[in-house]
Amino acid sequence: MQYLPQIIFLVVAGFFGFLILKRIKQISDNIKLGKAANLSDNKSERLRIMLLVAFGQKKMFKRPIPAFLHLLIYLGFILINIEVLEIVIDGFFGTHRIFAPYLGTFYTFLINFFEVLALGVLISCVFFLIRRNILRVGRFHKVEMKGWPTLDANLILIIEILLMVAILGMNGADQVLQTRGVDHYTVTGIFSISASMFPFLNFVDTSNLILIERGAWWFHIVGIFAFALYVTHSKHLHIFMAFPNTYYGRLIPKGQMINMEEITNEVKIMLGMPVEGEATPPPEGMKFGAKDVNDLSWKNLMDAYACTECGRCTSECPANLTGKKLSPRKIMMDTRDRLEEVGKNGLEDGKSLLGDYITKEEINACTNCNACTEACPININPLDIILQTRRYVAMEESGSPASWNAMFQNIETNFAPWKFGAQDRFNWANELKEEQ
Amino acid sequence: MNEMEIPTVADLVAKGERPDVLFWVGCAGSYDDRYKNVTKAFVKILNKVKINFAVLGPEETCTGDPARRAGNEFLFQMQAMANIQVLDGYEIKKIVTACPHCFNTLKNEYPELGGNYEVVHHSQFLQELINEGKVELKGGGEFKGKKITYHDSCFLGRANDVYSAPREVLEALDAELVEMKRCRTKGLCCGAGGAQMFKDAEAGDKEINIERTEEALATNADTIAVACPFCMTMMSDGVKNKEKEESVKVKDLAELIAEHEGL
Repeated sequence: MQYLPQIIFLVVAGFFGFLILKRIKQISDNIKLGKAANLSDNKSERLRIMLLVAFGQKKMFKRPIPAFLHLLIYLGFILINIEVLEIVIDGFFGTHRIFAPYLGTFYTFLINFFEVLALGVLISCVFFLIRRNILRVGRFHKVEMKGWPTLDANLILIIEILLMVAILGMNGADQVLQTRGVDHYTVTGIFSISASMFPFLNFVDTSNLILIERGAWWFHIVGIFAFALYVTHSKHLHIFMAFPNTYYGRLIPKGQMINMEEITNEVKIMLGMPVEGEATPPPEGMKFGAKDVNDLSWKNLMDAYACTECGRCTSECPANLTGKKLSPRKIMMDTRDRLEEVGKNGLEDGKSLLGDYITKEEINACTNCNACTEACPININPLDIILQTRRYVAMEESGSPASWNAMFQNIETNFAPWKFGAQDRFNWANELKEEQ
Repeated sequence: MNEMEIPTVADLVAKGERPDVLFWVGCAGSYDDRYKNVTKAFVKILNKVKINFAVLGPEETCTGDPARRAGNEFLFQMQAMANIQVLDGYEIKKIVTACPHCFNTLKNEYPELGGNYEVVHHSQFLQELINEGKVELKGGGEFKGKKITYHDSCFLGRANDVYSAPREVLEALDAELVEMKRCRTKGLCCGAGGAQMFKDAEAGDKEINIERTEEALATNADTIAVACPFCMTMMSDGVKNKEKEESVKVKDLAELIAEHEGL
């Protein structure tokens, strides 16, 4: 029976570990449904951007207050994991605070430091809950946030608060048990934040105190395992995806559209220009533009999994600001939701991203102003998806708005988007000479 | 005053000469009644400082930008290839344009199709002329004490990180440059980019140009400076809609410089 806690720990860790790995495989397979895009160039520049934007959170600081609160949670997440490492080792080997004897007073300092971070995380999460639900910051309550996305956001904050309460409760009970000289409870020195619980914990008898300490310990570690699994199904996945997502982000100017090379050869043939190498017609069944998730690049799909639905893009989008249906955040959420659906049911389910999720009314409303890509703290690009779906509508369906079709026709016949004669293009010069 | 020189590249080549810089006028600069004035103002400046420039004249055609942004990649590439053939035929090395959409397309999107040129926007070109002392703005004059606000074009600003050149040009006018709440990287679009210029807006509760015009008017500026033909149309319409066209002018950078120089 002595090994029972260790066995339970192994089983629990194995159970969640298996499910998390399975989910990672699923996400990776889904992203691989996207079209090829070679983004293995300029490694040092990519690394620099990742360190600055993801690790350094540079773009978050355009809005200083949420950036500061977010930073507290981020630091807490990264650094408290060192304590989690100790908890995992203790769990596997049936030890208790295994680092304490080796680190001595530094251990006391470390745990104190983690407690300050834990308090920071706790306070930030409370602030964020207030901002979301009481102050009701506008971007958290757009139509695309109804239902699961709102619940998801609140659950994340509540789980994080509970985990922090558990870690502080565990430390508090532990210290009282130390003063009572209970077996296994190595004397460590005072942890200042959780020590504030002494007045309450001192009244609890030793057996119940052990129950509290063990309960909090188990709740915290199982909570972390479960939360890690939850994260892979949630918008909160950005904590991992922000890194590859910024690494593989665009290095070219925001204004540059990705060229469709498959069209270039055909155009050259039509214009009677020499074609490099063997002129190959486009492969059978090739689509122009994007109708479904597999027509997008793998990077577009990675973007979708990286989005944490903060809505900074939507709150800066001129179309959305003036009441149009377009919301860049919804473009990303739709892409992810459709990708998840395709991952489960396959592509041949009679549905598609364009049509069943994203409508033409939305993509037509985009002004290509890049406010969304500029606003995104982790360089997600909703505009690229919009432009690819527009290509599908224009070239595969000839379904662009009538005035755009007229504009195309003007360019074809007059070489200008308006209905002016090509012979009048240079009239301004004569006008100017006459005016002089 | 000397006869205004508006040579076409074909004229120069026939004389065995080449321009140092091609002025890409763009469709709005050629046909739009309001923006033709910007073209004329810029040509006056080029003449004044004796730049060896030329235009393509009747040989210029749409860069293909609106077609590409509306999804018609075929049409874009047809336009681009045809233009590149003309530009390369004349061995053009440097291009200046007063249209940020032409600027973005020529600069960023033509290289992949084989067209490589040094492309500058006229705000950058004007800034250079001022810095080099070729255009001397004496200060004082009619802009002294006037407030000017600058509306960032998305295709110049966020798309290509050109924020300071147009502002430096305005500051040289000795006017007071006042910024809107949303400016530079956070600048609000006029509503016409991404081929929106060529269709009505989708249903919503406000036109984007009205939202932006309200913000510009809130600065109490006498002049809203723009650097893009579409922004010019959208902001002018916005000012008219607000019945402020008597007191607030929408002007391009080149027009402001030409006015200041008495051209």
